[in-house]
Amino acid sequence: MLEVDVAIRRGAFVVEAAFTADAPIVALFGRSGSGKSTLVNAIAGIVRPERGRIAVGGRTLFDSALGIDLAPESRRVGYVFQDALLFPHMSVAANLAYGERLTPPAERFVERDRVVALLDLGKLLERRPASLSGGERQRAAIGRALLASPRILLMDEPLASLDAPRKAEILAYVELLRDELGLPIVYVSHALEEVTRLADSMVLLADGRVLAQGGVAEVLARAEMQAHTGRFEAGAVIEARVARHDERTGLTSLAFADGELVVANLDALPGEPVRARIRSRDVALALEVPRAASFQNVLEAVVESIGEEFGAIVDVNLRVGATPLVARLTRASAQRLALAPGRKVYALVKAIAIDRRSVGYA
Amino acid sequence: MPTREELEVVALSLKVAFWGVAASLPFAVATAFVLARKRFPGKTLFDAAVHLPLVLPPVVVGFALLVLFGRNGPLGRLLEPLGIVFAFRWTGAALAAGIMGFPLMVRAIRLAIDAVDRRLELAARTLGARRMRVFFTVTLPLAWPGLVTGALLAFARALGEFGATITFVSNIPGETRTLPLAIYTFTQSPGQDAMALRFSVLSVLLSLAALAISEWLVRRTSPRPADA
Repeated sequence: MLEVDVAIRRGAFVVEAAFTADAPIVALFGRSGSGKSTLVNAIAGIVRPERGRIAVGGRTLFDSALGIDLAPESRRVGYVFQDALLFPHMSVAANLAYGERLTPPAERFVERDRVVALLDLGKLLERRPASLSGGERQRAAIGRALLASPRILLMDEPLASLDAPRKAEILAYVELLRDELGLPIVYVSHALEEVTRLADSMVLLADGRVLAQGGVAEVLARAEMQAHTGRFEAGAVIEARVARHDERTGLTSLAFADGELVVANLDALPGEPVRARIRSRDVALALEVPRAASFQNVLEAVVESIGEEFGAIVDVNLRVGATPLVARLTRASAQRLALAPGRKVYALVKAIAIDRRSVGYA
Repeated sequence: MPTREELEVVALSLKVAFWGVAASLPFAVATAFVLARKRFPGKTLFDAAVHLPLVLPPVVVGFALLVLFGRNGPLGRLLEPLGIVFAFRWTGAALAAGIMGFPLMVRAIRLAIDAVDRRLELAARTLGARRMRVFFTVTLPLAWPGLVTGALLAFARALGEFGATITFVSNIPGETRTLPLAIYTFTQSPGQDAMALRFSVLSVLLSLAALAISEWLVRRTSPRPADA
């Protein structure tokens, strides 16, 4: 359980944020300059808030009213930085041992061998950080933070300096950590696909303030948030389970509470829970079921509300049963279809619009 | 071949320079760290004071040492009961050498500390290391080449120290007559030019050796990977 309620002043920039999080992975999400990094730095003790309180698992790390301000080295907060920050004058093995040695044996919750195995560090142990690839460096940095046996792990855009294949690789490792170690993780990112894939709950930040917090699907479904998540990022998240694979067509069916979704072949076992993000620009609307069209997914929906218009574009909030969905249309189309709250429509989604990047293993 | 007398002078010079640098090195590291990493009122003044030996005439430094550490100086009188005497002793020559080389050392080490990514220090702290440990396990090892460079510069400066030494501890054979003082002595006596030349050659050889050793030291013990 992470409790944060702080005001931080950095020159003219003020971050005022209050949130609590109890999920395995909490995402701090927002554009650059929204105050995400300042907040994690405050949790780590690198930045001192003007006032407020920070607690992890019931242990107070900072409380201006009580005059508590633990030094970073006393907080037991693991920190994985954007650019790894491995000690360049030490081997990977020495980097891993750095925090482990400083942790009293009674407080260690994970052995070195386990971390080395989990993160595939065995072949890297004798190497120097300068000779590692970006992904290897990040893995070693995660291992180094874990071996200090932290009570919470902060990851500040750990994928930002990596290319796409490395990103996927590290994401898989982070999922593994979540499942294997049960360590709470605060994951800072401005990339929505990372958040939907990893996080269970999220805190949406803009200009140093919390705009929304809660479950990832819930927060993302709210139309007023979409301006902050970026125009082409907007969309809804559907919690589903893998229903079946069709070997012949290479399609996978996902069952969610109010229907089924067909996506291009997914590498997951039937029954496995997944989270699919459907971008609003990938959703088209029709008043009747199209008779000859390529859309694999035709979902019966009801218009809930018409969102704010920006230029020629408008977001239409829908419900498929109880599941929220957002369609991004031109204003002209919305008028032509005479869309209004309560109107019955069919949401059309191409199977390939839901790619593997936007499906996370819950 | 160098004569016994020449070897004595060289040995004394090395002793004076070595102890001058060795004794001032910890202070130089501390000063460099404070200048690189701390902000406090009067920092500019402190910085200027550290650099004073670099810009003052050495004779003035020597005179100041004489006034402070002489038998009747305030610090000299304070230290004498403890068995620490600088006046007209080789230790005084080492003190003068250390002080003259101090700003050179501080400058080189400060640059090296400046170049150490502070976020590495923060990373070390989040892993549970206190400030002192961070300094000795992260900052200092990464600033190591600057430390060696600074120590060498100061050592070379100490070998060449003349003005402050002769003013403070005079020119006593076997006690304070280092290489430059010996050369000076010979140039002042008629017909001793050949001796002055021999000592000068020795001086050059010594400096080259110091340079080579420090190069080797940096390369041998540098913690940074050579092919980054």
